[in-house]
Amino acid sequence: MHSVILATASRYLLALILMFSVFMLLRGHNEPGGGFVGGLVAAAAYALYFLANGLDAARLIFRFEPLRTSALGLFLALLSTLPSLVTGQPFMTAIWVDTGIAPIGKVGTPLLFDLGIYLLVLGITLTIIFSLAEEDGLS
Amino acid sequence: MNRIIILPVLLPFATAVLMLLFPRRIATHRLLSLLSGVLLLAVSSLMLWSVLDGGILSLQAGGWAAPFGITMVADTLSCTMLTMASLIGLTTTIYSIGSINPKEEHNLYHPLIQLLLMGISGAFLTGDVFNLYVWFEVMLISSFVLLVLEGRPEQLEGAIKYVMLNLLSSAIFLAAVGLLYGMAGTLNMADLAVRLPLLHHPELLSVVAMLFLITFGIKAAVFPLFFWLPASYHTPPIAVSAILAGLLTKVGVYAIMRFFTTIFILPETDFIYQILLWVSALTMATGVLGAVAQYDIRKLLSFHIISQIGYMIFAVAIHSPLAIAGGLVFIVHNIIAKTNLFYLSGIMRQLTGSWDLRQMGGLYARYPLLSLLFLLPALALAGIPPLSGFWAKLTVILAGIEAEQWPVVAVALFVSLLTLFSMIKIWNEAFWKDDPREEAHRDSGRHLHELSSREKIAMAAPVVLLGLLTVLSGLWFEPLFVIANRAALELLDPSLYIKAVRGGMP
Repeated sequence: MHSVILATASRYLLALILMFSVFMLLRGHNEPGGGFVGGLVAAAAYALYFLANGLDAARLIFRFEPLRTSALGLFLALLSTLPSLVTGQPFMTAIWVDTGIAPIGKVGTPLLFDLGIYLLVLGITLTIIFSLAEEDGLS
Repeated sequence: MNRIIILPVLLPFATAVLMLLFPRRIATHRLLSLLSGVLLLAVSSLMLWSVLDGGILSLQAGGWAAPFGITMVADTLSCTMLTMASLIGLTTTIYSIGSINPKEEHNLYHPLIQLLLMGISGAFLTGDVFNLYVWFEVMLISSFVLLVLEGRPEQLEGAIKYVMLNLLSSAIFLAAVGLLYGMAGTLNMADLAVRLPLLHHPELLSVVAMLFLITFGIKAAVFPLFFWLPASYHTPPIAVSAILAGLLTKVGVYAIMRFFTTIFILPETDFIYQILLWVSALTMATGVLGAVAQYDIRKLLSFHIISQIGYMIFAVAIHSPLAIAGGLVFIVHNIIAKTNLFYLSGIMRQLTGSWDLRQMGGLYARYPLLSLLFLLPALALAGIPPLSGFWAKLTVILAGIEAEQWPVVAVALFVSLLTLFSMIKIWNEAFWKDDPREEAHRDSGRHLHELSSREKIAMAAPVVLLGLLTVLSGLWFEPLFVIANRAALELLDPSLYIKAVRGGMP
């Protein structure tokens, strides 16, 4: 069932929801949000696009292999723990760098960790959705 | 030195992530697995040495002090278990290079094994009850996938039973964790040991202790909660069976050991030891009786796992220093011998083309050296001196006699006899009797010279190594016993553990 309205809307919604997911990711440090929710929201954006335009179009617009996105996410999360080991602090101690740029402020390893979770959740959710869709022949 | 504690978790994780980034490079996967296996064994041995030398290590993740953050603790018990886990991890990696189907390697076999090892290491090292739950899940999720890797119908059937019972166990675990937190306001094991005796209303405590006993009982496959084990362990590739058989149930036993010697040591939870005592006798007996009836060698060995768990539980039930030391020696002996037998059954399958003992035969005439290698772990499991199993059983049974638990001691001795009987059954059927197949149909198995040298070396090396360890730990039993004794003293006097975690806190 192809709907012109949904297909047209999903192109604009994709960008909007993705922006919202990044907002959720960045907001998560002190308020509700974070990498997990952000990743889910981003996956929802692609899921909507897939429902409107089919599997092949969704795979095309996502560009990456979802499983590899999760692997990259895990890798970033792993990287975020290494500075604490190198500087001799207890494992996973957060390390912050003050950029001095007013709107950005301090940037630290927790952000990198959250970004890793974001990619991991995005990748895993899309792996699940895409493989279920393939099984059902929804493409 | 304290920072080393995180390495046994971080190493397999980093290896798995690197492999996942390059999911198609199988040769790289193998190399990375081997490298990580060797490093993990080195790190865990170093940790064991340093704990024996300088006392318990602890680490507060993120720098958050004890009851608030997540604590990792390495005492003698965890380091010994960790060393065994990394040894089995390494040998299984070597063995699977020779035995696993390349198709499974493309299905992320190697990263999954690394994640399984990460879960096991984490479970041994954590000092936090909720964190233990998380490591159990890491372990279980990787084992779920490993069980169904080939996607055959009987694998799915076995895995569904395994998943259902283990999910049930996880749900009970979570409920128990919630209740415990509601009562004590903390989940840090050392903090719990301090706070539980101070509770105003300890009535619920026996319920919580019972819930923990059930959940760990399912993981450890004790009577009457063991049904998932023989239903699922004979279906996956043999390398997977071997690592699951060697390590997973022992994590459950480790948790029982840790919880009922460090945390639940109050008058309200004393009845647990009585339950453990009878459970241990029934576990030993049902396991071995199940084994005697089997003809599929993997099922036979699976039932033996259950029977052997009974001895370990018996040791916890007595919880005297000698018993705990004996229990740990038993675990070490059992991990080595049991995994080895699974490796050997894989080789026997390659040579005869069947898992069924009735279809095998004539192995002794064709491969005398293989027969010798089989006899080492088989006789060790039955408890024949001077192999490792003799000392393990001797210590546990001595502790039982000291505690005057005559009925269970009698069961333990009788079960020993039946263990010997079923090992002799394998020997008679597979090695001693003539090959039952007609001359024309002998090509169902593969002859030794048909295997490539890579397959031969990769499958034989772990068997030889573990066989040697069985003999050596029997001949030079004292060092192992000294370590086990030290672990027992640490467990039964939690003040050292508490001090290592909470530092100078009152």
